[in-house]
Amino acid sequence: MKKIIELKNISKSFDGEKVLDNISLDIYDNEFLTLLGPSGCGKTTTLRIIGGFEQPDEGDVLFMGERINDVPAHKRNVNTVFQRYALFPHLDVYENVAFSLRERKVAKDEVDRQVTEMLSLVMLSNFAHRKVTSLSGGQQQRVAIARALIARPKVLLLDEPLGALDLKLRKDMQQELKKIQKATGITFIFVTHDQEEALTMSDTVVVMSDGRIQQIGTPTDVYNEPQNAFVADFIGESNIVDGIMLEDFKVKFSGHTFECVDKGFERGEAVDVVVRPEDVDIVREEDGMLRGVVTSVTFMGVHYEIIVDIGGFKWMIQTTDFVDVDEHIGLSIEPDAIQIMKKSEYSGMFGDYSTYSDEAEELSEIELGELEEFESAGVDDED
Amino acid sequence: MKTKGKPVWGLLGPYTLWAAVFIVVPLIFVAYYAFTDNSFSFTFDNLLRFFNDRSQVGDTEVRTYMLIFWRSLKLAVISTVICFVLGYPLAYIMSRASDRNQKIMMTLIMIPMWMNFLIRTYAWMTILQDTGLLNGFLTRIGLEKIHIIGTEGAVVIGMVYDYLPYMVLPIYSVMAKLDVRLIEAARDLGCNNFGVLRRVIFPLSMPGVLSGINMVLIPSVSTFYISQKLGNGKFFLIGDAIEGQYVANNLHFAAAMAFILMIILIAMMALIKKFTNDMAYGGEEV
Amino acid sequence: MKTASRIFTALVFIFLFAPIAILIVFSFNDAKSLSVFSGFSFRWYSELIHDDATLESVRNTLILAVSATVISTVMGTAAAVGINRLRSKWIKSAINTVTDIPMTNPDIITGISLMLMFVFFGRMFGRSDSLSFTTMLLSHVTFCLPYVILQVLPKLRQMDPSLPEAAQDLGCTPTRAFFKVTIPEIMPGVITGAIMAFTMSLDDFVISYFTSGAGFQTLPVRIYNMTKKTVTPKMYALATIIFFVILTMLLISNFSDEDASEKRKIKRNNRKAAKK
Repeated sequence: MKKIIELKNISKSFDGEKVLDNISLDIYDNEFLTLLGPSGCGKTTTLRIIGGFEQPDEGDVLFMGERINDVPAHKRNVNTVFQRYALFPHLDVYENVAFSLRERKVAKDEVDRQVTEMLSLVMLSNFAHRKVTSLSGGQQQRVAIARALIARPKVLLLDEPLGALDLKLRKDMQQELKKIQKATGITFIFVTHDQEEALTMSDTVVVMSDGRIQQIGTPTDVYNEPQNAFVADFIGESNIVDGIMLEDFKVKFSGHTFECVDKGFERGEAVDVVVRPEDVDIVREEDGMLRGVVTSVTFMGVHYEIIVDIGGFKWMIQTTDFVDVDEHIGLSIEPDAIQIMKKSEYSGMFGDYSTYSDEAEELSEIELGELEEFESAGVDDED
Repeated sequence: MKTKGKPVWGLLGPYTLWAAVFIVVPLIFVAYYAFTDNSFSFTFDNLLRFFNDRSQVGDTEVRTYMLIFWRSLKLAVISTVICFVLGYPLAYIMSRASDRNQKIMMTLIMIPMWMNFLIRTYAWMTILQDTGLLNGFLTRIGLEKIHIIGTEGAVVIGMVYDYLPYMVLPIYSVMAKLDVRLIEAARDLGCNNFGVLRRVIFPLSMPGVLSGINMVLIPSVSTFYISQKLGNGKFFLIGDAIEGQYVANNLHFAAAMAFILMIILIAMMALIKKFTNDMAYGGEEV
Repeated sequence: MKTASRIFTALVFIFLFAPIAILIVFSFNDAKSLSVFSGFSFRWYSELIHDDATLESVRNTLILAVSATVISTVMGTAAAVGINRLRSKWIKSAINTVTDIPMTNPDIITGISLMLMFVFFGRMFGRSDSLSFTTMLLSHVTFCLPYVILQVLPKLRQMDPSLPEAAQDLGCTPTRAFFKVTIPEIMPGVITGAIMAFTMSLDDFVISYFTSGAGFQTLPVRIYNMTKKTVTPKMYALATIIFFVILTMLLISNFSDEDASEKRKIKRNNRKAAKK
């Protein structure tokens, strides 16, 4: 595969605060790549550097092998779908989509042909002469995509494009975006803080935190083999416990020695051990590798989510078997369900569910806050 | 996030230069003239003259300019209060009216505003004159003539008439933007109409009231035309005094009075701002 | 309550319009009296249109207002864009404070301060007639600028900063993006600012009074000088004309608003119909 964009040792600060710290990343032709991370991790800045809206303080941006640090945004063969769409309110749907063609002085018939084609691609053929402000969020989203695609970019940048949509619409748009990407063969660089979105849509997921890349891999890679506690925690649910690597394929944690599939660590090296909640089997207490007491049970629809206290450390387990609170159970873990990670700066920060309910509340508050931001932003736009 | 490459000073430069030369420097000149005599050597005389000049009014000796200053302040405050008393309810009524009526009333308020204030004031002169329309009307319905032109009352009428729209508009524009849900919420929490007005609308309309007060008080304090026409020249206000010294080419003393007026107005505005802020945020007893 | 507020509103508007009505009525008075209407005539109107000094002052006022509006709108819009891009809070608040000065200071102080400066520099260069059209224009631009800036700034703040970026993304140079996207977005503010500047300049008396020379009189200064001497209904004729000009302008602006939105609606419906 051909490299289309290369970021080499990019650093960037705003007002003395480092937002990107020595980022290097290769992006290939035809790829759907997602930059995933919490807000403030530097993903949007990375996107803006590729788009040409920010200049890196250090490092180079290469486009098809050529350095483009000094190429201004309007000369880059890269287009962007902006966070709140940034549709031009003084132009109708048709003129928004035609914008870049008009800029290139494309003949009238040709503009008409291309815009019509593009509008049918995003299923907005009947909306050509509507005011963009009269469209729903999902429709505005499609206009933004059509407007960017019509410029025939090599790379399309999408900055949290689904953030303002409700859940149902979001799922539909995920499918649609994926379809459009396949149909056009354009490289998509997609920014999101939603791990589920990243996993369902991407060929490659780049997990970012604190201005650094934590892991690059396929969705299955980053889920099954997280490289550190941050990735393990950010993507999906994880129980992360301290362990000691006794020898290749043997790890000890929670007072029990487990067989595992990892090797290449020092003998006796302290490691982080990740076990996904769905990979733990509940067995009778006397048959368990680990034993504990159930402290809470939540019905989630497909499965139960139970919290088990094992020697003071709370594990989350997802199971379809019903167990009762205060029940003593045993747990069994298969070797390939155990993922061993090197210790990192994130060790000890995540993976304990003892404060689970608090954490959940915090999360929902953050999400609410973000929603309000979007809403009030939307109101402002209308004014 | 702004890119550092965006030009700022190319756009802002001309204005910055302009503002420095035509806003800041002239104010320095006011101070410079206020503190110098005709040969531009430093002196306090101009300022002292403002506080010390005396003259005879009837039998009593008064400090001429202090008297003028207090009279200006008094009439301006009275006019501002009347404008508020008339303007606040009007703004409230306007903000509750239907869209169409709001638009009509807005236009009606703006017409006098757009007419030259000299002409408006002049119209009042012809109404209030001893031989004017008002007295003509009074005699026709068999009442006594009243002498009003040349009194402080006439000056206040002129000020209220000229500046009332400037009180109504800022208050109205704040009220019209008030979120209806706030009023509904207050009703929901048990407020009656008056409660809504006192506990929600009034505190929230304070920014409008503040700018309304500013927009009436400042021109009233400093006017000179209204007092010349309706005060019959007798009621010298501080504006008349400044204008008079300008006409007499007594620029240093004119500057001194302008300087004092400016300082006092700045202090007053700061006080009013603090006061209305307290009303807006600290007005409710806890 | 309803009736009370209606009566109150009516009384306030009577107070506001009675003097204007009287002006209009007496502008058609045959006699010079301002209290007795003795017969209908256009006498004062014909006197007015033969008053060359007044007509010239009208022309002067318009020339001055148009020049001041053009200069202050261009400079003020550029300044607002610059202020909006400033990153330093300190510089921003310094500039905003200075911008507020002409609006909060009484006109008499603005007028005196400018006059003092002009006279001082005039004397320095040995000119006794330092006050002229130029000094008036400089003064008018100065007090118009803040109104333009204050109308444009909020529009810039409301604008999604991604809009000009989107234009650049689609192939516009930064300058083109500014004219193709930013300007249309802030246009309502620019127009309101220009209208305010124009009316402030037309209407200004106090600052003009202090900064005008003998050679160049605007209408308000002329009115001041006329009302200083004898009272004639010629003034009323002038006021009546001004009133009807303003009234027509306000009505046109209100109706053209409705007209435009009405037309847009019709256009849209036609397009929809054509699609079907």
